Order: sequence, then structure tokens, then C-alpha cells
Amino acid sequence: MQAYSWIIPFLSLVSFATIVFFTIKRPRLSAYISISAVATAFVLSVIILTEVLKNPVSSEFTYSWINLPGFKIEMGMLVDPLTAVMLMVVTIVSMLVQIYSVGYMAGDPRFSRYFSFLSLFTFSMLGLVLSNNFFEIFIFWELVGLTSYLLIGFWFEKKVASDAGKKAFITTRTGDLGFLIGIFILVSAAGTFNFNEIFHQIEANTIPSALITISAIFIFCGAVGKSAQFPLHVWLPDAMEGPTPVSALIHAATMVAAGVYLVARAMTVFAAAPSAALVVAIIGAFTAFLAASIGLVQNDIKRVLAYSTISQLGYMMLALGLVGFTAGTFHLMTHAYFKALLFLGAGSVIHAMHTNDIWEMGGLYPKMKITAITFIIASLSISGIFPFSGFWSKDEIFAVAAQKPVFLIVAILVAFMTAFYMFRLCFVTFFGKPRDQKKFEHAHESPKNMTIPLMVLAFLSITAGWVGIPWLKKGFSSFVYFHHPHHAEPNILLMIGSTIVALSGISLAYLMYYKKSISTEKLKKKFPFPYKVLYNKYYFDELYNTIIINPILSLAKLLFRFDLGIIDWLVNAFGDFTVFLSDVKEWFDSHIVDGGVNGIAYVFKVISSGIRKIQTGQLQNYALIIFFGIVIIMLLKFS
Amino acid sequence: MLTLVHYLSLAAILFCIGIYGAITRRNAIGVLMAIELMFNAANINFIAFSKFITPTLLTGQVFAIFVIAIAAAEATVGLAIVILIYRHHKEINVDKINVMKW
Repeated sequence: MQAYSWIIPFLSLVSFATIVFFTIKRPRLSAYISISAVATAFVLSVIILTEVLKNPVSSEFTYSWINLPGFKIEMGMLVDPLTAVMLMVVTIVSMLVQIYSVGYMAGDPRFSRYFSFLSLFTFSMLGLVLSNNFFEIFIFWELVGLTSYLLIGFWFEKKVASDAGKKAFITTRTGDLGFLIGIFILVSAAGTFNFNEIFHQIEANTIPSALITISAIFIFCGAVGKSAQFPLHVWLPDAMEGPTPVSALIHAATMVAAGVYLVARAMTVFAAAPSAALVVAIIGAFTAFLAASIGLVQNDIKRVLAYSTISQLGYMMLALGLVGFTAGTFHLMTHAYFKALLFLGAGSVIHAMHTNDIWEMGGLYPKMKITAITFIIASLSISGIFPFSGFWSKDEIFAVAAQKPVFLIVAILVAFMTAFYMFRLCFVTFFGKPRDQKKFEHAHESPKNMTIPLMVLAFLSITAGWVGIPWLKKGFSSFVYFHHPHHAEPNILLMIGSTIVALSGISLAYLMYYKKSISTEKLKKKFPFPYKVLYNKYYFDELYNTIIINPILSLAKLLFRFDLGIIDWLVNAFGDFTVFLSDVKEWFDSHIVDGGVNGIAYVFKVISSGIRKIQTGQLQNYALIIFFGIVIIMLLKFS
Repeated sequence: MLTLVHYLSLAAILFCIGIYGAITRRNAIGVLMAIELMFNAANINFIAFSKFITPTLLTGQVFAIFVIAIAAAEATVGLAIVILIYRHHKEINVDKINVMKW
């Protein structure tokens, strides 16, 4: 069955083509095509997962695409446990999000186009997951970037949305440039694009370690861009301008996880370059902390979730940087479910309230029970409360971070902040008094096609982590592993500690936003500076504006003036000179050449107008002349 | 005694009258008549030379008969042209007819 795994992405490509070419005018049909394609892909992924579970080996299928002497580029599939898990995650989230979108996007004028983009995205993401070489993964890497751009700017009539799309595309492209350089370095050293061949060479120590370190850091640049890690994290919060299901699918569950997946896939490279791996861990930890602290004070429900996503991705990077392959990928999987659920829940709330500002919501619990309960389940999961899935994956990360106490402290701090800001959202949105009575009146539970995906994801958010319970004999860690199946020893102390941290975060949020026994206003007054800095996201956008964007803009303006002043002037001057030259030629032509021609004609005209007078048309004249002619001839002849 | 010179002189005078008439007459019919005069001057020459130079041969006289025949045909064509011109221009004054001018 693994040999046919190419069908999984191919189905979505077919659906994309069908929608674009045939059913663009029939929105319902387009949605069904897209959903049935991804649902079939999901079924196939389940089959592949069960087969890989039975026989956990990595199988590779290649088709050689470009053959050059001594060098070839392949298209192929690499199906190993990591791929199988990723296929499951992507297809299931994609399927649920597409079902949800039918309700959420109902009545949108570009409904079909939306589903065609979703299909294209699903195709690209599945292709990325299945890739067996760097060349192929880069193609799909860029394709997911493109679809992300298309979907962020889906409502391009809004300037913020189209700007956000551009920002996302350009920012991730910056990272991709590094990725490309990394690939080039690695490939020029190894002589092949193929993952396994490169990894074998690295393990056989045939590639200089300095090259490995450099290429690892460059490859990580790509992951930094795609997974919105510091310093390229600025695009993800803005990407929230896209439709909410898109945020759930692309900017929470799957595409942003591609960076994590890439690092996991290239684990051998990072494992062989300890300093590069350390960079990954440091960036991950720093990003996790930075984003979580910004998330504390944001007021836009989707932005809080976006910073939460960045922070959780930082977690995964932290784990991978410490070569916690299992922990990173495990958290990637559980995070996909609960973060997709959080976004879809937020979408449901936004659908009901027509606002993103949490301070205009409140008291929604009685009106939207399903949304509220599922949202709280996801929040408990992300906070790491026993026995929700986030608890198990977070513990794995803590266990890995425990290698270096600094990272453990950061991870615990982040866990505390995560619990706090998530329950801040929950309490402000679903409990307390309604703040905007008018909007509250209109609020209603979302339709079934939106709530059912929520419930399925809620179920997954609770149970997905159970495959990684450390007491299990054959759990996640004995299936997805790097080199050796590592058996995470259940660390009761850490578990209790993390639960205490999460509970204290939740209680603080409870006290501040439900009981209101700690006044937020007073805190704001007491610490105006930290609040302002956090509220303005550490001024990263402003910083980038001043040090990168504005200099580039002014350089562009300068070049524009240079263009206008020098280049255009030169071109115009040349043009003017040519016009002048042709004026001279024109004068010569019309005066000298034409004058000559006309002059000759004039001469003949004058002569002939004299001579023509002889031709009177009167035969008698001619006869007279002939007569005199003969007389003269006679006289000359005979005299 | 009438000699060859007398005949030739008559023919020359007749021819001159013909030329004069052909050149100066305004009326197209008159021009045609003047041309007839010139033909006949030539005929007199033919016959005179035939009589005085080759009395035994009749070549000149036969030639004169041919000329008369051809002159008759020519007069027919000429008169036909004149009639057509007249129908077209209501005019037989040769001075006024200058359609052959450039």
C-alpha cells in the first residue's frame, strides 16, 4: 500500500483542477469534491498508518525525474512512521476544517475558489510530508507558502488582508532563501538530494562537520520562516486576517508545523551538528517565551491564538534542538488537534459575534454550549492538564528540556503563561456578563457542519495524547523515534510539577478575569512599561519597519529617482536626439531629394508646355508644315 | 504642239491649287475636294509620262485608273468621317474641330 501513497496528495490535486476548470460556478459541488478527495485521502492514510504500525520500517519509492551525468533529481515518496503520523494529522485536520468551512464560508462570493485553494494546500502539504529528497520538499515547501499567501489574502478587498498576505509571503521567503542555501551546501557536499543517502553519508562521517553545521543552520532558517520562529515570527499574527478555518488549518495545525517537520526530518543533520542543534533549541525556547508573553495581553482572540501557536512551535523546536525527536513530533501531533480546535472554536465565536475583540464578547457559555465546552477542552489540553493530550506531549518536552535546567525553567514559565492566557480567553469570552448587549442578542450556536468538526477535534484533543502515555509498553515513542526507540521513563515529579504550574496559571486567570479579585486595571497602572511593551509585541513590527523596511523603501525611492532622473533622462535624451536627427534627414529628403526629382519634372513640364503648342490638333496646320518641310528639302536637294 | 512640259505644268498648277485648298479651306468638304484635285494632278502626270516616255506600255494609264478607284474609296471614307464628326459636333468647320489636340 505504501507504494500507492502518491494517490493521497494526488486526489487533492485532482480536486483542485476539477474545481478550477469545471465547477467554479457551482459552490456546493466544489465543496463536496474537495471534501470527498480529502476524506478518501484520510481513509488511505489510516490504511498506511495501520500498515506502518504493523511493520515499522521506512520504505522509499522513487521515480527518477531529471538524469544528468553523475547527478540525478528524483521525485519520490518516503513512508516511515513520521510520515504516516503526519499524513494522518494533515488529512484529518484538513478534512474537518473543510467540513467546517462549508458552514463558515457559506454565502461567500468566492466559495469555490476557497475550496480549490484548500485542495491545493492539502495537496502541497501532503506532498511535502511524503517527499524523499530536498529538491522535492523544497518545491512543496514553496507551494504551501503560495497557498498560504493566497488564503491569507483571500478577502483581498480588505487592504490589511492583502498586506498580511504579502508580509507572510515575503517574510517566509526570507527564511526560504536560507533553506535553499542550506540545501545547496549539503547537496554539493553529498552529491545527492536524497534524504537517506545524505543521512548515510553524514553518519559515515564523509562530510566535513563544519559544512554540516553551516548547512544545518541555513536549513533551520527555512524552518524559522515557515514556523514563525524569532526573528521571522512577525508574519503569523498578521496572517490572522485570513478566514478563520484557514488559520486553523494552515497557520496553526499543518503548514506552520512544516518547519518543525523539516527539522525532524533532517534530524540526522542536526544531531551531527551539536552547535546548530543548540541554536535550534535556543531559538525555540526564546520564541516560546517571547510569544507567550505577548499573548498575555492581546485583545484579539485570533491573535492570542496566533502567539500561542508561535509559542508552542517554539516548544517543539526546543525539543528538537535537544534531539528530542519523539517529544517534538508528538507535541506537533497533539498540538495540531487542539490548536485547530481552538481556532475553529474561535471561528465559531467570531461567526456568532462578528467581532474579534474579546472585550466585546462575554457570557457566551449559555448561548454556545458546544463551542464553549470544546474550546475549554482544547484550552485544558494546551495548558497541559491531566489527562488531556497536551499533558502527555508537554511532559515529554519537559523531560527532554530537563537535560539542561535553563531550558526547563523557560519551558515551565511558558507553560504557566500558556495556561494563563488561554483561560483569560475562556473566562472573558464565555463567562461573566455580556459586554456588548446588542451583539450578544444576535449570538447563536453555529450550524451542525461547524459543531461536528469541533466535537471530533475535542475528542482527538483529549485522546490523541494517550498513544504517548509513558506507561504504555508500545506507545508513540516506540513507533516514531530517532535511531533507537527511546522509552521515556514516566517522571512523576515532572508531571506533578507541570500540573501545578498549569493549575496556578489557570487559577490566576480565574482570579483576575472571573472573580476579579485581582484588578487588571491596577496591574496595568502599576506596571505601565511592561504592559505597553507586551501590548505592542516588543515593538518588533516597528523595529523591522525602521531597520529593514524603511531603509529598503528609501533605497527603492532613491533608485526610483535615479531611474527617473538618470536612466529615463538618458533614454529620453537619446530619443530626442534621434528625433532631431530624423528632422534633419526629413528636411534633406523633402528639400534636396524631392527638390531634385521635382526640379527635373519641372524642367520637362516647362519645355513640354512650350512644345505642345505645336500640336494644334488641326490637320491643316500639319499639312502646311509638311508642305513647307518638303519645299525646304526640295530646295536643299536641288539647289 | 503640246509637249510634256505643258502637261507637267498643268499638273503642277493643279497640285498647287490642291495644296492651297487643302491647307486653307475651312469647310471639310472643301478640303476633301482639294485632295481630289491633288489626286487628279498626279493622274495627269502618270498619263503624261505614259504617253511621252513609254508609249507602247500602258502601265501609267492603268495606274491612273487604280488611283481613281482608290480616290473614290478614300472619298467615301472621308465623307463618312465628316458626317460622323458633324453628327457629333454639329460642325464641319475644320478650325473648330481640334479633338486631336494633345
